[in-house]
Order: sequence, then C-alpha cells, then structure tokens
Amino acid sequence: MSDAPNQPVATSGATPAGAAPVAALEAYRAPRNQWWDVWDQFKTHKGALFGLSFFIFALLFVFLGPLFWTLESTYIDIRARNTNHMFACFGVGSGWLSPEAWGAWLRDMPACFADPAGFSAANPIHGLKLTWAHPLGADQLGRDTLARMMVGGQTSIAVGLTAMLLALFFGTLVGVIAGYFRKVDGLLMRLTDLFLAMPLLPLLLVIIMLFRDNLRAAFGPEGGIFVLIVVVIGLTSWMQTARVVRGDVLALKEREFVLAARSIGTPPARLILRHILPNVMSSIMVSATLGIANAIITESALSFLGLGFPSDFPTWGRLLFDATDWLTQNPERVIWPGLFISLTVLSVNYIGDGLRDALDPRIRGR
Amino acid sequence: MLTFTIRRLILAIPTLLFISFVIFLIVKLSPSDPTAGLPLTIPPEVREQIRESLGVNDPLFVQYFKWLKLMVWDEPLHILQDATGWQIAPDGPRIISYQTRSPVMDLILQRMPQTLWVVGTSYIVGILIALPLGIISAYRQYSWFDQVGTLVSMIGFSVPTFFTGVLFIVIFAVNLGWFPSVYDTTLVVTGWDTFWLQVRQMIMPVMVLGLFNASQISRYMRASMLDNLNQDYVRTARAKGLREGTVVLVHVLRNSMIPVVTVIALNVPAVFGGAIITEQVFKVNGIGQLLIIAIQGGDVPVVQTVSVIFAVLIVLFNLIADILYGVLDPRIRYD
Repeated sequence: MSDAPNQPVATSGATPAGAAPVAALEAYRAPRNQWWDVWDQFKTHKGALFGLSFFIFALLFVFLGPLFWTLESTYIDIRARNTNHMFACFGVGSGWLSPEAWGAWLRDMPACFADPAGFSAANPIHGLKLTWAHPLGADQLGRDTLARMMVGGQTSIAVGLTAMLLALFFGTLVGVIAGYFRKVDGLLMRLTDLFLAMPLLPLLLVIIMLFRDNLRAAFGPEGGIFVLIVVVIGLTSWMQTARVVRGDVLALKEREFVLAARSIGTPPARLILRHILPNVMSSIMVSATLGIANAIITESALSFLGLGFPSDFPTWGRLLFDATDWLTQNPERVIWPGLFISLTVLSVNYIGDGLRDALDPRIRGR
Repeated sequence: MLTFTIRRLILAIPTLLFISFVIFLIVKLSPSDPTAGLPLTIPPEVREQIRESLGVNDPLFVQYFKWLKLMVWDEPLHILQDATGWQIAPDGPRIISYQTRSPVMDLILQRMPQTLWVVGTSYIVGILIALPLGIISAYRQYSWFDQVGTLVSMIGFSVPTFFTGVLFIVIFAVNLGWFPSVYDTTLVVTGWDTFWLQVRQMIMPVMVLGLFNASQISRYMRASMLDNLNQDYVRTARAKGLREGTVVLVHVLRNSMIPVVTVIALNVPAVFGGAIITEQVFKVNGIGQLLIIAIQGGDVPVVQTVSVIFAVLIVLFNLIADILYGVLDPRIRYD
C-alpha cells in the first residue's frame, strides 16, 4: 500500500487520512477535497482533456443543437434529395500541380461558399448539389443530415449511458455480493465465467431478432426497441465490472477500517453502502467509461447489421448503415456518423485512461 | 500439468452444456415458427402435422437432448464420413436448415474456408504489425515513435471495424479504384493473374481486421515489455556484456511474450465474432454472413449450430490460453 506523505490516500476515504506530523506540515493549506487532487492529475493528461472536451461538445451538439438547428429530422424536402455537404466546396479544384488549377480553386471555392446552389447548378462538371439549407447534405428522401445527426446522437448517447448504468448496477451488485459474502462467491463467479464464455454478438443478434416484435407491441415501436437494446447490452456487459469490483472488495474487506466498523456492530448492508462502496468508486468509474464505449459500439454494430433501431428512428449506427447504399454518390453520408461514433468512443476511452491515472494514488501527486 | 489439463477439459463440459442449453432455450422460447415461411395455402391442420413431424411439440428437455445428440454425435460422424469415405454415419435425421433444406453442417463447411482465410490472415497480419510496434514503443518509451504508436493504437482500438471498412471502401474502391469492394468467393486461383486478383480482394478485409487486432495486441506487448525492461535480470544481462540486441530480443522479448501469447489465444474467438461485421461490410460469404442470413430468415437450426460453434471456440481457446500460460511460464504451476 502506498502512503504518499502529502496526499490523502484515495482508497482510504473512510479512515482519517494522514498521521499527525503530516497534518502539522499541511496546517497552512486549506482543507481540500480529494476530488480536487484527482482533477489536478486528470488535467495533466492531454488525451483525457481532449476526450472530456469532445464528449461535452458531443453532448451539447446532440441535446442543445436541435434548439438552434430547428429543422425537423423527419421533414422530407424531396427537392433536396441526395444533397452533398458544404465541405465539398473545398474540393472544387481540378488538379494539384498546375498554377492555373490553384488559381481556379481560389476563384471557385469562395464562389461556391457564397452561392452554393447557383455554383453547383452552373458547374455540373463537379457533379455536386449544394445548398446552405442543408449544410451537411440530405439523404435520398431529402431529410436533413445535420438534424438527423443530432437526433441520432441523442439515441446513441442515451443508449450508451443507460446500458452502461444498467451494466454497472449489475456488475457492482454481483461484485460486491461475491466479494463480501464468501458463501455465494464461488457460485456468482462461476456464473460470471459462464457469461464470459457466451458468444455475445451472435446471442445479441438472436435475442433482438426474436423478441423485437413482442416488445414493440408492448412499449411502442421506438420505446420497445430502446428497452430491448439497453437491457440486452446491459445484461451482457456487466462481467468485467463484477470481476474488478469483487477483487477490490476482497482486498478492502481485510482493512482495519472495515474491521473497526464491523466491531461496533454495523450491519452488512450499511457497511457495504457506507464504507466499501465509496472505496470501490474509482474502479467503478473507470469501468463506467469503458462501458459507455462498449455500449455505443455494440448498439452501432447492431444497427449496422440492420438489427437495431428502425430507419425512421435514426441512431449514428443506423445512419451509417443506411448510407452504405449511397457510397458512390454521397460518400460523406458515411463519414459524418462514422466520425462521430469513432470520436465519441475515442474520447470516452481517453477519459477512462485519464481517470485511471488520476484515481491511482500511486501515480497521483508525482 | 497433465492432470490440470484433464481437469480443465472435464470442467469445460458443464460450461458447454450450460451455454448450449441457454442458446437452445433462447431460440426455442422465441415466437418464431418453422412453418412461417411455407405457402399460406397450406391448411392449418397440415401445418400442425408439419410442426409435429419437426418435433416442435415434444417436451423441452426431450427436444434439447435429441438436438444435443445430433450436435455432438451424429453430425461429427457425418463430417468424418464425408472426409474419409468410411461408412460410419448413423441413418437418423440430421440438423436440417429451414431455409435451404440441406444439412446445416454442409452449409457451415462450405463457408468455413472463406472465414478462415480472411480471419486467419488478418490475425497473422495483426500480430506481425503489433509485435514490432509494441517492442519499439516500449524500448523507446516516450519517444515520438511511442507517442505516435500509442495514439494510433488508441484510434485503432476505438474506431469500429464497420466504419474503417466502409471508409476503406470509399477511399480505395470508390475514389482510387485500386481494390474491388466485394469479395468474390467463386474465384479459383489457377495462375498468377487469378492469384493477384485474390490478393487484391483480400487486402481490404484483412487490413481492416488486422489493424483492429494489431492495435489491441500492441498495447499488451508494450505494457508487457515495459514491465520486463526494468527487471534485475536485464541489468545482469547488460552487465555481462551482452549485446543490446541480444538483451532486448532474446532475454526481454521471451519473457514479455508469455502474457501476450495468452492474450493472442484468448482473442481468437472475439476475432471470429468481429468477422461477422467485416464479412457483412465486404460481402464475404463466410460463417458470419450465414448467421446473419439465418437470423433474418428465422432459420433456427442454423442459428443454434453457429452459436454453439462460437461457444465451443471461446471455451476451447480459454483452455488453450490457460494451458499455454502454464507451459510457457515455469513460475505458474497448477498442480
């Protein structure tokens, strides 16, 4: 066990942190919440900061974006079907090497941005169809891609967060019970091993295919598939959390503060909630970030295989799947949802990396 | 070691039984009907007779054990008979696909080579990329190579294969036109030109899966090398005056490979699972695509069999990883 002299140790939140001489040394400093130390360490991880800022940006984009971009995601503007995105204006040049091509590019590019509809109509050679009314383009029915990205992101992120919470709940429950009560430990861990040995992707596909219609009848077309996907992802991804939490609980159970709490007659439920859970919080938080990434990828993969959400209820994965039929005409329709899935997952993974470093008292403060 | 192996083999049997029962149960409890695909003109009582003849109305456990016997005894014998020509297969019924009316095992055997080719090559490519990447990253920790390598492996780890696959198609098939976007499984390699076609159509699926595997394995390789590079035996080896190449590539590498080899073994089933998506992207008609088609068509026997095969793969490679760990690392003794 580490005892960094001038830092309160994260995993002993319930014990009085630090001995008397340390307190004297630190007397001039105002008492400080340990989470500020975590934040200080987190800030030094560049990737984690990038991840956090992109994740916040993605949240703002999908949840507050519709307030500013008020076009309905289901509105069909059939004249604008298969519109390209405005970034295509950057590619209106005809070559790389000749100075004339560069001159033409410098002339055409601003013209394209100034009057996209007129420019694309006047220069059919580029094969573009542009309008500021749909800055990210529109699909084959003329539905606005930007609005659909926002609505799709709401579903994707909501699925990620809810499935992660469900998986964390089950994982922590199983982990704490298995770690704390020795009688059920063997049984619960065998169950965890069995779940780990299941072929998850085939099973997920089978379950969704088989039970989709029943749940759709029970909860409505959108709610039903949402409940199904969240429950199925949650129920198949709790095992890692359970293993990590059980390991932590087993180690914590032998510590003095748990012994002290037990010796004054604390009942198991309160001992777990008050003394053990706060101390396994750090590993739970790290597996939470991994859980979000896993849930978003799984949901997108299911939607991509055509077994997730229906087409009129878009998610990022579903948008990507629908766009693969239009690869030659509108390749950018694939890029946007794919980019958002990848960047969200990358940012969540980086947040997890940074959190793991920040929550580890052996690294923190060095 | 032998007793441990035998004990693990025996322990694997209840695991497989349980998993196969869960797979059987999920599919059985579902509301899908084997006669749903038949013409609507069939009268209900005939339909009921068809169900009866398919054994759908038997008690659940009877159905399970019948299916299990077919799965573990009859079907392997049929495969053996087809392979060797011995007359050993029983005459009873086989597991028949609802869709094609042919034995499921034949369908799987038809599609196995494509999957094995793509998955196997991509895994080897992934390992070949990952090992040098991890070794150099760890040896030159915090250098620009390490920074770039870590970033790339983080990206490769986070970007899902269905996006990299589609991105590769957009860039290399649509814009540049270098490779075909659809994998043609009817291609027979007869000479250099068909061999070249085969290579060209394999590059994209193999690279997509390979890069994903490489990013995972290189992270483990780097961490494992870093653990070993600071050990005392490395200092001893250097103090003896061994060349740096010998120290890193013989002493450190051999010890660092122990956990990496087990990770490589453990990841094999996951790679097969990931191939489901890649096969769908590049239209490779392998096992993954068979599964997707079967799920969409409500073809219960195919779904059950393929899922059980995946489960067997997982249990088998867990076992292999455990045994490898004991064989490679003399500190680990299970007995």
